[in-house]
Amino acid sequence: MEAIIPLAKIILFPGFLFLAVYGLFLQWVDRKLCAVMQNRMGPPWFQPAADFIKLLAKEVIVPDAADAAMFRVLPFFAMAAVMTALVAIPVGSSALFSFQGDLVAVIYLLTVPTVTFFLAGWSSTSPYATVGSMRVLTQLFAYEVPLMLALIGPAILAGSWNISEIAAFFSSHPALIPAQLLGFAAALIALQGKLERLPFDIPHAKNEIVGGQFTEYSGRLLDFFLLAVDMELVVGAALLNAVFLGGALGLTGAAAIAVFLAKTLVITFLLALLKVLMARIRIEQMINFCWKYLAPIAMAQVVCDILLKAKIG
Amino acid sequence: MSKITIPLGPQHPALKEPENFMLVLEGEQISGATVNLGYNHRGMEKAAEERTYIQDLYLLERVCGICSHSHTTCYITNVEELAKCETPKRALAIRTLVAELERVHSHLLWLGVAGYEMGFETLFMYTWRDREQVLDCLELISGNRVHYSINTIGGVRRDITAEQKAEVLKRIDYLAERTSYYIKLATEEATVLARTQNVGKLPYDVAIERGAIGPTARASGVARDVRKDEPYLLYSELDFKLITADSCDVFGRLVVRALELVESYKMIRQVLNNLPEGPIAVKVPMRIPAGEAVNRYEAPRGEDIHYLKSNGTDKPERVKVRAPTLANLQSVAYMLEGGWLADVPLVIAAIDPCMSCTDRAVVWDPKKGRKQTYGWEDLRKLAIEQYRRRGVDFTRL
Repeated sequence: MEAIIPLAKIILFPGFLFLAVYGLFLQWVDRKLCAVMQNRMGPPWFQPAADFIKLLAKEVIVPDAADAAMFRVLPFFAMAAVMTALVAIPVGSSALFSFQGDLVAVIYLLTVPTVTFFLAGWSSTSPYATVGSMRVLTQLFAYEVPLMLALIGPAILAGSWNISEIAAFFSSHPALIPAQLLGFAAALIALQGKLERLPFDIPHAKNEIVGGQFTEYSGRLLDFFLLAVDMELVVGAALLNAVFLGGALGLTGAAAIAVFLAKTLVITFLLALLKVLMARIRIEQMINFCWKYLAPIAMAQVVCDILLKAKIG
Repeated sequence: MSKITIPLGPQHPALKEPENFMLVLEGEQISGATVNLGYNHRGMEKAAEERTYIQDLYLLERVCGICSHSHTTCYITNVEELAKCETPKRALAIRTLVAELERVHSHLLWLGVAGYEMGFETLFMYTWRDREQVLDCLELISGNRVHYSINTIGGVRRDITAEQKAEVLKRIDYLAERTSYYIKLATEEATVLARTQNVGKLPYDVAIERGAIGPTARASGVARDVRKDEPYLLYSELDFKLITADSCDVFGRLVVRALELVESYKMIRQVLNNLPEGPIAVKVPMRIPAGEAVNRYEAPRGEDIHYLKSNGTDKPERVKVRAPTLANLQSVAYMLEGGWLADVPLVIAAIDPCMSCTDRAVVWDPKKGRKQTYGWEDLRKLAIEQYRRRGVDFTRL
């Protein structure tokens, strides 16, 4: 029994099943919001699930020139990394497993999908996929540093590298949450880059390089990659919620989960807003933007948090 | 970094019609580009010789799905010139009206496509929604949304009633308001500026040298517009500005098209408010007297040229169409070189290409009854042969 409960948590809630279902739901919310903002109808609520099932039924084609074993295993790697990351992030009142330094572990685990995207494109060996995977890696170097810097600020202020403890710190000091606005904005934009959404969907910009790193993927392998991206949205939103917005705000049980859902929905709304407001930028413009503006903003937040910490004592 | 060659087309999400661009990439930058045509040849010119003049009208309308009125008007001007028919003024006014409505619909469509190619999907959705207004106007006037078929030899098929006039004017007012919003959006939104400024440069000299036309040329500072240079229909009586820009890039092309929309609204209002009275068509005999005629027409994409040769029967002996895209494609290779891969779709889209109008690749010899596609080598051989017969030797060139 002792072993079954954690296993059930990992498989059902807040583990795999919850992550998949909520990921598909957020995908729908995102699509519907964009549609409404762009004066369109948008899909019905079951569209993401229907897409998922349809792709599952499609034939998987592995290019002759590709490394077949790597090509097949990468989508599951991406998904596994994202799911593992959720283990340390509080969904309700507390995380499944938390330990000192899990913030660094989560950042690391969230980088793994990006690396699998690169390997996926590279091992496909087609021109579009190769260009796409080069862009994945170039983009990684642009947004990763601002994202890490932005996440370090609250950790310094809370004096802990444990995500649950950071959340608990902000729950007990809600007055400090507005002081994290700069860092939150920087992290939000960097997350948009990590999720490869407009205006940062450069690696798979369809008008330029067709499907980018996923050009050669089809059927269930593509499906799991797309699911991993949806899950990454949930995990990214949950991470921002826990680190910047105080997690469950000290609530427990169903109320804590309700707060989690509400705040992740707000974050999804902000991400959707970013998506419809702008044109896609070029890769070199993105690197310029991230290093010239985003990283200094995140750094300013770190400095501000160090000063605040000194003041609080 | 090693060079890779990637094909853009014939099937590619950025291209709505089959054409091929071979891009040599050094990293993300383009060091060479070649344009290959010939995926969409439909043999329309040949088919036109098999049909009567009035049937050709409906065939040539289908040369292009966007500038359908341009092609028929250009063709019909030739026919009427040969038939020496006096087209009623009211018919000319209605043709001018449809021509300008068509320009509005084409430019709004282009604005959406440009938004889509730069990844600004919201602009795409907004402009295409507003484009419905002008399509509704065209449907109201002609009965059709895309292939209006308003022209007939000797005049137009339908008259404009007072209610239609009021309705069109109302919708044009709405569109004028929306267009001012788009102009503001396109000239102030930072990401749009980042994606269009200094992209796809085509300096004035190169535009002249490569024979660029239409908005592409006007954005490079070339003040060239058939409506001003050689007025046809009612354009000599209308008050409008020739829009040019001197930034020579995609941004300039965007601004030229957006400002031309405003000029078109002005012209539509002028035509509707001063509609001449009288009949809308005159009778023209089926047989057109023998002769040749050439006419130019400023289509939304640039100068459209039609040549017509008649032999006195009810079918033309030769119809030749020079669609605007063919003239502008020569500039595309120049604009692509040295640019970024990310800008390729936008640069191509910036000339507003229409490949199905342009394609012609197959040579058909009726005497021997054989078909042949000429490649570069064959054409070179033919040219050398031709000049040798005249006494000039180009073998070593």
